[in-house]
Amino acid sequence: MIVEFGHYALVLALATSILQSLLPVIGAWRGERALMQSGTTAAIASFCLLALSFGALTYAHVTSDFSVVNVWENSHSMIPLLYKYSGVWGNHEGSMLLWLLILMFFSALVAVFGRNLPDTLRANVLGVQAWVATAFALFILLTSNPFARIIPAPGEGRDLNPVLQDVGLAIHPPLLYLGYVGFSVCFSFAVAALIDGRIDAAWARWVRPWTLAAWSFLTAGIAMGSYWAYYELGWGGWWFWDPVENASFMPWLAGTALLHSALVMEKREALKIWTVLLAILTFSLSLLGTFLVRSGVLTSVHAFATDPTRGVFILIILMLFIGGALSLFAFRAVRLKAGGLFAPISREGALVYNNLILTTATATVLTGTLYPLALEAMTGAKISVGPPFFNITFGLLMLPLLVAVPFGPLLAWKRGDLLGAAQRLFAAIGAGLIVAMGVFYARYGGPVMAAAGIGLGIYMIGGAVTDIVLRSGSGKLPLATAWARLKGLPRSSFGTALAHAGVGVTLIGIVAVTAYETETIVEMKPGMTAEAGGFTLRFDGMREGQGPNYTEEAAHFDILRGGVVVDDFWSSKRIYTARRMPTTEAGIRTFGFSQLYVSLGDPAPNGAMVIRIWWKPFILCIWLGTVLMMIGGAVSLSDRRLRVGVPKRAKAKLAMGAAE
Amino acid sequence: MTRKQKRLAVIGGGVGFLLAAVLLVMFAFSQSVAYFYVPGDLEKTEIAPGTRIRLGGLVENGSVKRGEGKTVSFVVTDTIGTVPVTYSGILPDLFREGQGVVTEGAFDPAGKLFVADTVLAKHDETYMPKDVADRLKAQGVSLGGKETIR
Repeated sequence: MIVEFGHYALVLALATSILQSLLPVIGAWRGERALMQSGTTAAIASFCLLALSFGALTYAHVTSDFSVVNVWENSHSMIPLLYKYSGVWGNHEGSMLLWLLILMFFSALVAVFGRNLPDTLRANVLGVQAWVATAFALFILLTSNPFARIIPAPGEGRDLNPVLQDVGLAIHPPLLYLGYVGFSVCFSFAVAALIDGRIDAAWARWVRPWTLAAWSFLTAGIAMGSYWAYYELGWGGWWFWDPVENASFMPWLAGTALLHSALVMEKREALKIWTVLLAILTFSLSLLGTFLVRSGVLTSVHAFATDPTRGVFILIILMLFIGGALSLFAFRAVRLKAGGLFAPISREGALVYNNLILTTATATVLTGTLYPLALEAMTGAKISVGPPFFNITFGLLMLPLLVAVPFGPLLAWKRGDLLGAAQRLFAAIGAGLIVAMGVFYARYGGPVMAAAGIGLGIYMIGGAVTDIVLRSGSGKLPLATAWARLKGLPRSSFGTALAHAGVGVTLIGIVAVTAYETETIVEMKPGMTAEAGGFTLRFDGMREGQGPNYTEEAAHFDILRGGVVVDDFWSSKRIYTARRMPTTEAGIRTFGFSQLYVSLGDPAPNGAMVIRIWWKPFILCIWLGTVLMMIGGAVSLSDRRLRVGVPKRAKAKLAMGAAE
Repeated sequence: MTRKQKRLAVIGGGVGFLLAAVLLVMFAFSQSVAYFYVPGDLEKTEIAPGTRIRLGGLVENGSVKRGEGKTVSFVVTDTIGTVPVTYSGILPDLFREGQGVVTEGAFDPAGKLFVADTVLAKHDETYMPKDVADRLKAQGVSLGGKETIR
C-alpha cells in the first residue's frame, strides 16, 4: 500500500511541476503577481510530494519488500541495514528518483530563500527549474518506474552489486548529485535572464552562491568517488579517465570556470554574455553526463541496466534543453549590454585566462570522451581513448594555468602589475624551487618533471599564503594591527586561498604517486617477506571467514620496520553468496600521507599466493587537497557580502539572502 | 602599443592557445588510441608488431596456464579465430574461462603472441564487455545460457 502511495505521490509531483512550469512564467509575462507567487507554492509542494515518494521507496527497501521489482533486483534480506538504505539509489530507477528529488530540493530552496529576488526573475527561474523537473518526472514514470510490482513476490532478493556495498557508495551519489543538479539553478538563472532580456551585477551576486554550493558538493562527490574506486576496486588506481568519471569531471571544470567568470561580472559588470553562456554549458554538461551514464552507451559499474528507450528519452531531453537554451541565447544575447573595460594584465585579464584554459581543457576531455562514440556511430570502428590521451592533452593544457594561479589574486582590477606580483611572490617561487631541487637530489636521477611538479605544488601553496599575508599587511604593520586586519578580511579571501592551496596539495599528491609509487607482484608462502616503501611485509597465512552475505579468504600480514613489528592487517577476497561474485578487499595501512596497499591474487599451483604490493607515497594529499577546496568553497559561501549585499526591501524580515 | 594592437595581441594569444590545444589533441589521438579487434578480424587484417590494440573475446576453456610466478597465458577466441595471450600481473576478479575479456597490448616481434599489459573485466556477471558482446553477436556466436546481456 505504501508503495502505491509513493507512486501516486510521484504522479502528483509531476502535476504540480507542470503547474509550476506554466503559471509563474505566464505571470511574469503578463505582469500578474498572484500567478508569479504560485510558483513558490508549487515548488515547495512538488518537493514535499517527491520526498514522500522517495520515502516510500526507501521504506520498501528497508523492509525488504521483494514484491517490488526494484527491491528484488537490488536488495537482499541479509545485507546490513546501511546497504538497504544506499540500495535505494544503487540502481537506475532509484538513482533517477534521487536526481529528481535533489532538483526539486533546489527549486524549493530558491522558492524559500529567493524572496529578495525581483518577482519576474524568481518566477522565471522557478518556471525553468520546473521544465527540467517535468521532463525527468516523465522520464521516470514512463521508462523507469521504481514502484513496479512483481507477482508472485519472490522469497529472496538478488542482492545489491557487491562492489556497491560500501560506505563510499552510500555517500558518493547524493554528494555528486547535489553538485551536478545544483548547477541547474545557474542554468535556470541564465535562461530566466535571457527571457527577461536584462542582466546586471546583482544577477551575478545571486548566481554565485548557488554556483559555489554546487561546485563544493561536486568536488566532494568526485573526490569521494575517486577514493571509493581506489580502495574498493583493488587495483590501486584513483582515476582512470573512464568516460563515466569524465562525465562528472566536465561539469566540474566548467563550473570552476563559471565560479571565476561570475566574479568578474559581479565586481566589474564585464563578461556578461560569456557568463550566461557558461552557466548554460555547465548544466548542459551535467545533463550530458546523466545521458552518458544512464543511457547505457557506456559499460561501467554505473550503467546498471541498458534499455534503448531510456537512452532515446534522455537524448530527447538533452537536445530539448541544450538546444533550446542555446537558441534562446543566440536570439537574446545581443540584448545584453557588454560592460567594463580592462587591460590584458589585470585581475579581469587573469580570470579570462583562467576561463580560456578551463574551457579548452573541458573541450579536450569532451572530445576524448565522445570521439569513440561518434566514430563508432559513423564508421563502426571501435577504439578506446585511454589515460595516455588525457594525460598528454589535459596535463599539458592545465600547466600554464597552475603556474598563473598565485598571480591572479595579486593583480589589481582594471590594470595590474605583473612584475610587482612576481616580486611579491618571491618567497613562494623560492620555496618551490628549493623543494624541487631537494626532491631532485634526494631522488638523484629521478624524473625532472616530477621534481618540478612537486615544486609547482609548493609554489601554489606558498602563493596562497602570500596572498593572505599581503592582505593582512603582516610584516609591515605592527603585529596587533596586522592581526586585526587579518580578522577583518572578507571570508571570500580565505576561501580563495584555501581552494588555491588545495589545488597545490592535490597536485603534489598526484605527481608523487605517479612518479614514485612502487608496485611489486610476488608469490608468497606463509612466513615469507617482501619489501615496500622502506617496510618489510611478512605473510602469516590465510584464514577463512564468513560475513552476513559473503564468505571470504583473508591473508594476514605483519608490517616490520628494522625487525620490529609496527602494524598488522588483513587483505581478502570475498565471494558474495547471492550473485556468486568475487571482489577484492585490499589491505591498506596509512603512514603519514602515504599508504601501503596490498591486494590478493590467485593461489599459484605450488600452494603460494600471488600478492600485489604497492607503496603509494603522499597519495592522501590528492584527497586532502580536494577537502581544502571544499572547505574553501564553504568558507567563501559564508561571506557576508553574498548574504546582505542584495538591495533590501522595506520589509526587513525578508532580508536574509539566497546564500543559505 | 596602441589600444588596437593590444586587443589584437590578446585575441591572437587566445586563438593561438586554442590552435595549440587542437594540435595537441590531434597529436594525442595519433599516439594513444587503440583500435578494438576480435580474433576473427586478425585473419583478414594484419596488425604490425608493436601497434597497440585492444583484443576482446572469450577466454577459451582449458587454456589458462599459470607460468613462472605472476605470468599467465591464455587463449582468446571468438570461435572463428584464436589468439594466444600472455599477461604479467594479477587478473581481475571476474576473469574466468569461458567468459568475456578485453585485453590491451601489442603483438610480439614474431607477430604471433599477444603481449597484454592490461586485462579488463569491468563487467558484472549479468553482462559481457559491451564491445565483445556486440562483435560476437554480429558474428552469430551464441553467448550461452539464457539472456546474458541485459
